[in-house]
Amino acid sequence: MSEAERNWQQVARDMRAIVDARCVIDDRETLSPYECDGLSVYREMPRLVVIPDSVDEVRAVMAYCCRSQVPVVVRGAGTSLSAGAMPHADGIVLSMAKFTRIIEIDPASRLARVECGVRNLAISEAAAPHGLYYAPDPSSQIACTIGGNVAENSGGVHCLKYGLTVHNVLQATLVTVEGERLTVGSEGLDSCGMDLMALLTGSEGLLGVVTDVTVKLLPRPQVARVVLGAFDDVERAGEAVSGVIGAGIIPAGLEMMDHLAIVAAEDYVQAGYPLEAQALLLCELDGSEAEVEESTRRVADLLRAHGATAVRVSQTDAERELLWKGRKSAFPAIGRISPDYYCMDGTIPRHQLAVVLREMQRMSEQFGLRVANVFHAGDGNLHPLILFDESVPGELERAEAFGAAILELCVRVGGCITGEHGVGMEKIRQVPLQFSEAELTQLGLIKLAFDGGELLNPGKGIPILRRCQEYRSLDLRAASRVAIS
Amino acid sequence: MADRGKELVERVRAAIASNTPLRIVGNDSKAFMGRCAAGEVLCTAEHTGLIEYEPSELVVAARCGTTLADLNEQLKAHGQCLGCEPPEFGGATVGGTLASNQSGPARPWLGSIRDHVLGVRLVNGRGEQLHFGGRVMKNVAGYDVSRLQAGAMGTLGLITEVTLRVFPRPERRATAILEMDAIEALRIMSEESRQGGPLSGACWVGGRLYLRYSGLDAAVGDRLRQRGGELLQGDAEFWSSLREQRLDFFSGDGPLWRIAGRPAAAHDGDGPWLLDWGGAQRWLRDAREWSQLIPVAEGMGGQLGLYRGGDRNGEVLHPRTPAQQGVHRALKQAFDPQRIFNPGRLYSWM
Repeated sequence: MSEAERNWQQVARDMRAIVDARCVIDDRETLSPYECDGLSVYREMPRLVVIPDSVDEVRAVMAYCCRSQVPVVVRGAGTSLSAGAMPHADGIVLSMAKFTRIIEIDPASRLARVECGVRNLAISEAAAPHGLYYAPDPSSQIACTIGGNVAENSGGVHCLKYGLTVHNVLQATLVTVEGERLTVGSEGLDSCGMDLMALLTGSEGLLGVVTDVTVKLLPRPQVARVVLGAFDDVERAGEAVSGVIGAGIIPAGLEMMDHLAIVAAEDYVQAGYPLEAQALLLCELDGSEAEVEESTRRVADLLRAHGATAVRVSQTDAERELLWKGRKSAFPAIGRISPDYYCMDGTIPRHQLAVVLREMQRMSEQFGLRVANVFHAGDGNLHPLILFDESVPGELERAEAFGAAILELCVRVGGCITGEHGVGMEKIRQVPLQFSEAELTQLGLIKLAFDGGELLNPGKGIPILRRCQEYRSLDLRAASRVAIS
Repeated sequence: MADRGKELVERVRAAIASNTPLRIVGNDSKAFMGRCAAGEVLCTAEHTGLIEYEPSELVVAARCGTTLADLNEQLKAHGQCLGCEPPEFGGATVGGTLASNQSGPARPWLGSIRDHVLGVRLVNGRGEQLHFGGRVMKNVAGYDVSRLQAGAMGTLGLITEVTLRVFPRPERRATAILEMDAIEALRIMSEESRQGGPLSGACWVGGRLYLRYSGLDAAVGDRLRQRGGELLQGDAEFWSSLREQRLDFFSGDGPLWRIAGRPAAAHDGDGPWLLDWGGAQRWLRDAREWSQLIPVAEGMGGQLGLYRGGDRNGEVLHPRTPAQQGVHRALKQAFDPQRIFNPGRLYSWM
């Protein structure tokens, strides 16, 4: 149905018959906060925002949208950095903001079952009285929700040791595009058969609506300490990272910042970073007292052996938190020195770090824009921040072109276009850099297996090639012939 | 080592052209798993060798027919290992290990192979060679097709290459044994797991609890002292016998049931039981029926499987709801529209 034909007033009335009438938003002023997510350069006004309060309501909304072919964009806290929650011009936003109940915490089995709208940090807060926490800690953890974390397979600064979302979720309740309820995974560590929970994790809201998630909880480490290493050369810092990993130490986190990021962060939070350093490493070690003491000593020695100009070990938890605060505030810190910034998210094999940073410096001069780098060095995930000013004509376009060039570079050295922020709307044009036509077709067919009408988060994540629908209808016809014979 | 990739792809294309179902095997070490399935044998055992191994990147890529024994040996030479300790079952290959989502006693702490797979090469049911994932730890572009293969028993395609994350070998491993009943063992295992630290194995069998610690020498020593109990000499033998199912508990031909559920779920008294993974994986030798054991598994928040023995022509995995069956069938259709790969191996209806 085309946009012109659809009677949105009727859709709104129908939605008000399903959910509380006040939970259907259709006036322009109240709709406007929904027009973008954390990547605000991508904007679109939705026709309606619908805020259900129960799984049954979600099922009824989905069944209606499926029947009437209404595109649906599911939204959690709207912290996506890839325009994954940007509305569809001819669709509804399904806000899961009311799904905030913590259903169960089972400390003995170390798991929690929570509704999809529960904030990442709120899970750890609820588990804290039991000495447990939820490990993945994206920088947006104060605000981002577990449903969004599942959609994006979110990481954080501790995933080198504790894994991404996919390693820390057990089960999810999914409402399909037809409005059916489906349990994926189980409360055990393994489920029988193919791993649908892994397929769902990182699927960017393209396969179904997650309404609750069962996550693993981990015991809080007894002790954690951070080793800070300053380097006068980025390349040497990169080699030190390989040195630590190669020595058989798996740090809880291993992060790098370049000069511009160090200066901006220090100016913002006064973490005590050495301002003259060209690169800074933060290496967190956790475990028992004996373990941490031993591994801290080894890491400090390794950093010195790799040419660190200064090495500091946090002596108190307050000092450790301050050292992390600088890193975690790097984005807003950059926001203070530039009117706008554009955050990229490529991943590269660690040994290519020096090559990539050098090339990025060259591109920075070519595009005439500054770039600051914060880097999950342990797992090869780069976050270059391109500094620009949207009010200067042409700068946004230049920043986007610079960003695209960085992603191409990441793929060229054996990496990928997104490590944890997702493709969303933002990187959809770069997806073919990483996949052949046959691979894109296979990904498209997975999407159609769940959502044949392409109603869930359309236009994002995976470009659906035309041959996917052709294959699908051929296959379905062949299958029905078999069934009839 | 040999690259038989081309031949394998040609075999798949020929099977598609003639509509011939294939039964994929490596060294057929897991013939006992899954359902009996007909089909022309497609053997991957000669497609072997490491394609890439970068110890400092903690990444290895191997052809599907590479045996775990070979892989483990090469990793060991660099002080590394597969964190998830998958069983070798006499010739197990990398491809089969992923297809059946194997892991060992360290599963709750170090994951299964699905947690460590970074990328796969796959031939789908259209005869296309596809590559998903890569060699980096974090990669969220596209769906996670690599992990979807874990547990699919080769029903979605022929896995020809697997890229895995590897781990440094721990400095020390040691095991304490304590005599106790199953209920007390579940309590202690839960308490141990909640402490964190170097726990890497927790198994109760035959009235004894085995607790293994791995890591830095100092950390392992500390925990052993705290826990007390008797130190098990030559403990590696116990854990490999557990992993390879060579313990007395596993002998005989009776049905071997497996329940994976909440680790601290209450104990079902009617055994014999072996509790592994700190209680999260429970093995049962029993002649009870599906209908009697499904409620036991569901009471533990988990799922039941008939791992070994019993009727392999019937279903061997926990029943699926109609909605779940629909999703499985649709995915099968998306990868393998002619149902060439291992039809019926996972479920009778797929």
